[in-house]
Amino acid sequence: MNAVNGNATNGARRSYKLMIVDDSNIMRRRIERSQQFEEIQLVGTASNGLEAIELFKKMDPDVITMDLTMPQMDGIECIENIVRIKPAVRILVISALADKATAVEAMEKGANGFLNKPFTDRQLNEAIAELIR
Amino acid sequence: MIQEQELKTFVEGTTNYFEVAAQQPASIGSPYLVTEGQPSVHDYTGMISITGKREGVVYFTAPKAMLTVLLMKMQESDFSHETMRDLVGEVANTISGNARKDFGRDFVISVPSVLAGEKPEIPNTPGMRSFVIPINWRSHSAKLIVALK
Repeated sequence: MNAVNGNATNGARRSYKLMIVDDSNIMRRRIERSQQFEEIQLVGTASNGLEAIELFKKMDPDVITMDLTMPQMDGIECIENIVRIKPAVRILVISALADKATAVEAMEKGANGFLNKPFTDRQLNEAIAELIR
Repeated sequence: MIQEQELKTFVEGTTNYFEVAAQQPASIGSPYLVTEGQPSVHDYTGMISITGKREGVVYFTAPKAMLTVLLMKMQESDFSHETMRDLVGEVANTISGNARKDFGRDFVISVPSVLAGEKPEIPNTPGMRSFVIPINWRSHSAKLIVALK
């Protein structure tokens, strides 16, 4: 689990604090590198659902990218817990699980978008744009 | 035993992975059945256990040289042993997870585990026969190994 210090407010434009949750370090770095929104500031990363909840309580992010298949606590359970704490949080699931039932379940638990792995930078940025606009 | 259409799902998943993640298509060879022993593996092997309506294992195995180029294509600058392990696990996870599009949500995939080191061998899978899907990407060769019952 990594918290990043910083202030996410920058004057008139609304800013968003981002938390990235994925058990793959490569994926966490990829998402951080590829997202192109100036108004989004990374406040932390977590590699499983338990770490994510702990970090969420500490950093209070507005936007989360969430993997589903993770050790200790999976993404679906994590979404349920986080949405209970902050219903207004915006969650983009980024997962390899490509069946419709999983996407529907994630949305029912409180996710706001679903992006399948593998993805292009453009697909990622379009999905994030949908989430914050 | 795995059906032809099911193998096609994994071939398509592998093709899609290289097209999208590596931005360069791989050429996929004809899948073949391993008739004796266990298939040989490369330097790093990501392994996903399958449970639910099917039981088995999916492996993605690749040489270090190929993984290094793949990481470069992904704009990664860390080529450590840990990153290689992470990558083979992620590739195996992505291809297996994508297969749920056809197999459905009862095709339950584990988190990845990784085999690496000197002369790694994949464990015996009693009652299951392994199919190998050869992957050629740039000048490198890798394999997707699927053993399901």
